[in-house]
Amino acid sequence: METVLETSGLEVRYGPVRAVRGINLVVPKAGITALLGANGAGKTSAVMAIAGVVPVSAGTVSIFGQDMTRATPDAIVRAGVAISPEGRRIFASLSVEENLILAGAAAGTPETAADRRAALMQRFPILGERRRQLAGLLSGGEQQMLAVARALMSEPRLLLMDEPSLGLAPQMVDTIFGIIEELRAEGISILLVEQNAALALEVADHAVVLANGSVAASGAPGDLAGDDVLKSAYLAA
Amino acid sequence: MDLLLQQIINALSLGGIYAMLAMGLAMVFSIVRLINFAHGEIMTFGGYGIFLSMAFGFPPLMALVVGIGAALFMALAMERAAFRAMRGADVVSLLITSFAVSEILKVLFQNGISARPVPISFPSSWSGTYQVAGMTIGVGPTVSILVTLASLGLLSFVLRRTAIGLSMRAAAEDFEMLRMLGVKANRVVSMSFAISGILAGVAAVIWTAQRGSVDPMMGFFPVLKAFIATVLGGLGSLGGAVLGGFVIGALEVLTQAFLPDSLAPYRDAIVLSAVIAALLVRPDGLLPAKTGTRS
Repeated sequence: METVLETSGLEVRYGPVRAVRGINLVVPKAGITALLGANGAGKTSAVMAIAGVVPVSAGTVSIFGQDMTRATPDAIVRAGVAISPEGRRIFASLSVEENLILAGAAAGTPETAADRRAALMQRFPILGERRRQLAGLLSGGEQQMLAVARALMSEPRLLLMDEPSLGLAPQMVDTIFGIIEELRAEGISILLVEQNAALALEVADHAVVLANGSVAASGAPGDLAGDDVLKSAYLAA
Repeated sequence: MDLLLQQIINALSLGGIYAMLAMGLAMVFSIVRLINFAHGEIMTFGGYGIFLSMAFGFPPLMALVVGIGAALFMALAMERAAFRAMRGADVVSLLITSFAVSEILKVLFQNGISARPVPISFPSSWSGTYQVAGMTIGVGPTVSILVTLASLGLLSFVLRRTAIGLSMRAAAEDFEMLRMLGVKANRVVSMSFAISGILAGVAAVIWTAQRGSVDPMMGFFPVLKAFIATVLGGLGSLGGAVLGGFVIGALEVLTQAFLPDSLAPYRDAIVLSAVIAALLVRPDGLLPAKTGTRS
C-alpha cells in the first residue's frame, strides 16, 4: 500500500497541555481517510501540525516519503499538500477572487495561477458569479466551496479537510461531500476530519478514531461503524 | 478665523505624525501580534540619521532621505535580530522583548551620541510663512501635511493595488491561514516592518524639521501617543490607527489652544479622559479590526 502521509508518535503541546499524544497515522494514496473523534480529541491540532503551522513537539511527519516534521507551511504546500481548515477561514474582508489570488502563491508563474483561477471559477460557477463580492458575504456553503477552491489552487496531491460540513444545511453538506468524492475520483488523497462520524464513514475508504489525543481504533469504515470504540470515543469527551 | 485656521493646520500636522506612527504600529501588530515598544527608537534612529548626514555635510534634502533610510534599516534590523527568533511567542513575551530592544537602543543613543539634544539646522526658508487670503500659514506645517497625506496615500495604493499589499491585508486578517496557502511568512513580516520603518522615518523628518534637534527620547513620546491612537482607532485596524492619530493630534492641539491657562496642566488628563470615554462607548475602537473567526 502506497502512503502519502505518515505520522509516527506525533505530539502537539500547548504549554502544559498535550493536545495530541503520540499519534501514528497512515494515509494511503488516492482515497479518503476519515479522522474521527469528539470535540477536543486532538484532530484539528494534528492537522495543523501536519500543515506546519503548529509546532510538532515530538514524533515525525512524513509526506510523500519525505520528512516534513520541521518544514515551513510554504514548503509543505509546495510539496503538494493543501488544507481547507476548520471554520473555513476565508478572508472575509477580501473579494472571492482575491482569496483565490492569494492561494496562487505556490502556483509557479502568474499565468499558471490565472489559468487555475479561471478553471476553478468554471468548476464552481457560484464563485465565478461572485468573484468581485466580499467573501464574508457568501453563505456558509459558498464559503466552504471557496475554501476548497482555494486549497485546489496549489493543485495538491493530498488535501486536508477539517470539518467541511460544520454548520451547513443538509443539502449543502451533500453538495460538499459530492465535491469530496469527485476530488477522490481525480486521484487526490484526502484526509477528512469530521465530527459527523456517520457521514464520514459513508464516503471514507479508511478510518481512524482519536480519543484524548491518541488513536483509539483504525480500520475499514464498515468494521468501525457501530463499533463500541467509536461510540465510546465520542462519549468519553 | 486666522487662529482657527492656524490651529487646524497644527492639528493636521501633529495628527499626521501620530497617524503615521500609529499606522506602523498597527501594521506590525496586525500581522505578528507584536506591540512594538521600540517603534519610537526607529523614529529616533531616523532623526540621528538626519543629524549625522548633515554633520557630514550632505545637502538637507539628501539628509532627509538618509534619515528615512536609517529608520527603514533599523526596523528591518530589529525584526531580524530580535523579533524573528520570538515569532509565534505570546503577546507578553513579544512586548517584553520590544521593551528590551527599546532600552538597549536608548542607552546606545545616550552613550554613543549624546544624552542631550543635538541640533539640526535646516535652511531658514523651511521655517518661513506665506500668506493666503490675508492669513499667515507656516511652510513647515503645510509641507508636513502634504508629506503625510502623500505617504498615507501611497501606502493605501500599495495595500489596495499590489500583490504584496493584498498579502498584507490578508495577513492582518488571518496570518496563519495565509501561511497555509503557501505564502512565505518572512516576506510578509519583513515588508510590514519595512513599511512601519519608512513611516517612522517620514515622521522623524517632519518632527526634526519642526523642532530642529534630536535627542534619545525623541521618538518615545510621540510613539506613546501613537499607541493611544491605535487603541482608540481599534487595535490592529489600519484605518483605525490613522483616524486615531488624527483625533489625538486634534485633541492635543485644541486643548492647548483653547483651554484657559489654569487648566493647562490637565491637558493630557483631559485628552486621555476623552479617549476613555470614547472606548467606553466603542470598546473595540472607532474602526474595529476585521479578524477571522480565530486568532
